[in-house]
Amino acid sequence: MDNPESRGILRVMNDASRILIVGGGLNGPALALALAQGGHEVTVIDALPEAQRETDDFDGRAYALALASQRLLQAVGVWDRVSDQAQPMLDIKVTDGHAGAGPSPFFMHFDHAEIEEGPMGYMVEDRHLRRAFLAAMREAPGIRTLGGAKVVAQEAHPGGVSVTLDDGTVLDGRLLVGCDGRRSGTATRAGIKRTGWEYGQTALVCAIEHDKPHHGVAHQFFMPPGPLAILPLTGNRSSIVWSERTEMAARIHAMPEPDYLEVLRPRFGDFLGRIGLAGGRYAYPLNLTLANSFAGERLALVGDAAHGMHPIAGQGLNAGLRDVAALAEVVTLAARRGEDIGAPDVLARYQQWRRFDTTALVLATDAFNRLFSNDNPVLRLGRDIGMGVLGALPSLRRGFVREAAGLTGDLPVLLQGRPI
Amino acid sequence: MQAPQTTVDPTEIAKFEAMAAEWWDPDGKFKPLHMLNPCRLDYITAQIAAEFDRDTAGPAPFAGLRLLDIGCGGGLLSEPMARLGAEVVGADAAERNIPVARIHAEQSGLKIDYRHTTAEALAEAGEQFDVVLNMEVVEHVADPLAYLTATRQLLKPGGLQVCSTINRNPKSWAMAIVGAEVVMRWLPRGTHEWSKFITPDELYDLLRRAGLEPVDRKGFVFNPITWGWSLSARDLSVNYVTASVKPAG
Repeated sequence: MDNPESRGILRVMNDASRILIVGGGLNGPALALALAQGGHEVTVIDALPEAQRETDDFDGRAYALALASQRLLQAVGVWDRVSDQAQPMLDIKVTDGHAGAGPSPFFMHFDHAEIEEGPMGYMVEDRHLRRAFLAAMREAPGIRTLGGAKVVAQEAHPGGVSVTLDDGTVLDGRLLVGCDGRRSGTATRAGIKRTGWEYGQTALVCAIEHDKPHHGVAHQFFMPPGPLAILPLTGNRSSIVWSERTEMAARIHAMPEPDYLEVLRPRFGDFLGRIGLAGGRYAYPLNLTLANSFAGERLALVGDAAHGMHPIAGQGLNAGLRDVAALAEVVTLAARRGEDIGAPDVLARYQQWRRFDTTALVLATDAFNRLFSNDNPVLRLGRDIGMGVLGALPSLRRGFVREAAGLTGDLPVLLQGRPI
Repeated sequence: MQAPQTTVDPTEIAKFEAMAAEWWDPDGKFKPLHMLNPCRLDYITAQIAAEFDRDTAGPAPFAGLRLLDIGCGGGLLSEPMARLGAEVVGADAAERNIPVARIHAEQSGLKIDYRHTTAEALAEAGEQFDVVLNMEVVEHVADPLAYLTATRQLLKPGGLQVCSTINRNPKSWAMAIVGAEVVMRWLPRGTHEWSKFITPDELYDLLRRAGLEPVDRKGFVFNPITWGWSLSARDLSVNYVTASVKPAG
């Protein structure tokens, strides 16, 4: 299929099976690339202009990519574009701490030596991922991107789906995919309701520079107001995700930089030496939101549009990429059988594959957060003992490590690093 | 003009006519067929790809192949075959299925030649195909050997026939009649007559006597845990499928 003529045929043949993706964040482009690889024609509609996605300024945002997610990026041709800027996570240390009092004596230590696959995951900055996705989409045949375009209406009909943009353009496709985040307009327009609740907590996110090296170790401290994660970035830099009760978070977020650092510093001690801010500061109110259905008429929901979860274990993007891999596999196999890729029975397979898994993960991260964001002495003792027990049982711990690396469950082939 | 010779039992046609309108609702009366369909398509596409050396991962893999879908119903197999590039003729002895199938193909943007006719009539008219799909039909005909002989005549030399049906044993009676018709009510009562079911060895024998060379057979197995169907090389105890070719010489 290397000669341009046969590619021309591909275009014509697959035009009827065009897939419309709403959302140009990370899941949308990842899905577009996975689908294009499966021979589909894809249009990505992004509310943000491309120039804005393209900026190279470090804004402080970074993602913890589980090993399975890294494999997906590899399979869709994105990994090689970011690997130089990715920081491997070699160990994860989890501890129960009291602000100012230092960590409790019970540590959980997840070491990548306990799984055979290599590092447990990678930290990659948002700016590098965004640019890598844009570059990969530009080179992939069959992907059209529409930046700065907003969807104002969508309508499913027996043979397909139509989407109207704010400039009046109407696009036709066989399938519409909402990758447009936790306030998904695609889901709302389709009448899909959501279940959810507020945590009364806000995540404060920033990046810091520090004197001492982090040695590729990620730290998670569980504190009564909420968890604090220190995730290694390249060089002597780390990404901080820090949850506080919402009123307190608002006060901290509004503080000038020196005061902000003063509040942050005692929470994880001085093992990284002197610290300073690198990039911007963010505050994200934490809420949990789960779409009542991941599929509608000629519609599938992916990532936060389907499930916005507590970012406690860094599973948001990883769960989104699992959706991406599952949907790309379901749709591509359906197309190879000659099925209508937007038919209800095809979309039901995606829904069935992802919804149970996701609901379990959402509820687990929720329960985890409730257990740890608590100063009840009984719960505290219980979790300290739990961590000690877990630390003493290598096989149980290995299970946790594989789970954190995203290597458990019914894995779509892309997450195993293989093409569909 | 003389009426076409047919081996289709008229009472069987009436039963299916009563069911025609709901063809395309995956949760409707044809739910069991929709559930089985991916598994049937996996087998059919793999057999066609192997026989004619096609790659289903490529564009329009079945382009250039003329295919007949006997008992096409609402087009559950005809449409996928057309989408994969085959030139499809869908034949059904139940007249009411034809407009249903046509309307749906049009909605799907597919060009399919649906005809109210029988395999025997098509054979008599001298129609020739690279592939004949003969799925869940043979257990409904009055004279299986005469019917299979007609399907062989419809094939070009070297052509492929995929034929599926239901085994005849106590388990198939329990599953296909008691389970599917009485307990689950997946199919209307009286859809199947157990005595018309055919064992895999009997079908191989019938296919050979009809002048075809059987090359493969697999079971369609229902898994009550995953609530889905899969192909099995060993378990042909209830639903099963065969592939046979018409000798080139």
